Amino acid sequence: MTAPVFLLLAVLVVAAALTVVAHPSPVYSACALVVTLFLLSVFFVALDAQLVAVLQVIVYAGAIVVLFLFVIMLLNLTQPESRPTAGVPVVAVAVGGGIGIAALVAAALRRVPPAGAPALPEGFGDTAALARRLFTAYVLPFELTSVLLLVAIVGAVGLASRKG
Amino acid sequence: MPADVAIATAKVLFALFLALQIMGLGVFFERKVSALIQDRIGANRAAIFGFAGLGLVNTLIADPIKFLLKEDITPAQSDRLLHFIAPCASLVPALATFAVVPFGDVLALGGRLINLQGAELNVGLLFVLAMASLGVYGVVLAGWASNNRWSLLGGIRGSAQMISYEVAMGLALIGVVLTYNTLDLQEIARAQGRLLWGWLPAWGILYQPLAFVVFLVAGIAESKRIPFDLPESESELVSGYFTEYSGAKHLMFMMSDFVEVVLVAALVTTLFFGGWQVPYLARDGFHFPWGTAVALPSLVVALLQVTAFALKVIAFTWLQIVIRWTLPRFRYDQLMRLGWKGLLPVSLANVMVSALLVLLAGRGA
Repeated sequence: MTAPVFLLLAVLVVAAALTVVAHPSPVYSACALVVTLFLLSVFFVALDAQLVAVLQVIVYAGAIVVLFLFVIMLLNLTQPESRPTAGVPVVAVAVGGGIGIAALVAAALRRVPPAGAPALPEGFGDTAALARRLFTAYVLPFELTSVLLLVAIVGAVGLASRKG
Repeated sequence: MPADVAIATAKVLFALFLALQIMGLGVFFERKVSALIQDRIGANRAAIFGFAGLGLVNTLIADPIKFLLKEDITPAQSDRLLHFIAPCASLVPALATFAVVPFGDVLALGGRLINLQGAELNVGLLFVLAMASLGVYGVVLAGWASNNRWSLLGGIRGSAQMISYEVAMGLALIGVVLTYNTLDLQEIARAQGRLLWGWLPAWGILYQPLAFVVFLVAGIAESKRIPFDLPESESELVSGYFTEYSGAKHLMFMMSDFVEVVLVAALVTTLFFGGWQVPYLARDGFHFPWGTAVALPSLVVALLQVTAFALKVIAFTWLQIVIRWTLPRFRYDQLMRLGWKGLLPVSLANVMVSALLVLLAGRGA
């Protein structure tokens, strides 16, 4: 990806992400979240990770945020009567946390070797290579994650049916 | 480099051209087939500059002109930005999907081999699913932004319906992926050129008949037409999620429904009916099972393949329109029961059996 394209996308994705947290209307926030996730998937394509890019769109933009919107519309959440105002301690924690994360990222970036990225191995980012890693080296975490998701689904159904 | 860019542009434009032409033909079928089914003559009143001689063809020209010239109304209490974005969000994903659908094998032209597919994407099938899942936003946003209860009900129904049927659709596609061992639609189409027992073309329908049924039903549900037109259902919700749309925006919603019909037809063709394959036609000409061989130039072969692809897509477009004019609308509980208790278990079982067979056979078919 050339620098101008990267910069343009970076500005857009940060603007969209800021809209998610700053916009008063929940529907607009959800839409901005879709735009953010979609633009992130463009970065994945540029990094030769087509599978991750497409999965990002299917799972996050296509399924999860649709459910957010569905719930927002079903409950007919419009703009809140009064926006909760953050006290001084909350703002201080937020600013401090932000600076801390920025410092961590900066420190991590210093360790990255400068320009001249190594050539990608054959088949990098393609589905077969990723699946092979996932089902050999990382099979235990993968299966544990699926069990975790199953437990969450059973829990959600249990909680929902107890009310009814 | 300029030649590469020109070829890539031409391929994408051709894919879109093909899709939109078949869509126009679909509108023609919609008018004519519905008239035949209901025993009437069909649209025959449009006269352009006093000339009514072509009958239905005139109507096909007059229809879009009428839509484009109508007043475009945005309701006063609506959310103007989202009201404007929704029709685009509905149409763009449907059209974008055609980028990965192959419409021919390869064309040898001026010393290059041109792959007849808009964009070569090694995750093509997942791209199809991604675009299908983005198509929901047009419906949801239209329903919400119109600030109308009928629209909102239509939008909510639409999102629930499309999410439910995407699950079955994705699982049906897993059976296909297990069979062909690839996510690239062009590779899937090429793999269907083999012959079984030396004479039977190995089209996907032979390996995945259940996946075909599930995919077709889920696909019709995704296009939100009768019998799955709950989001629109004009007898209850006026026009559902696009009640508050007029003029060109209304046209865009109608177009995206029709483009989705053609898209489902194109995907069914590519995955289960050989795509652009003409039986016994290889890159250098016909090789009949009884030993006759007819050599053909690459251009003729490519033309035959594109024609075969278009004819198959037209046939499945026609099938969907006949279904639309034959069946009544589902009730909401019937719709959900069919999706979650009918198609989902069937497609899960299909994945299990397919995986077992592939394992027993030792490799992908």
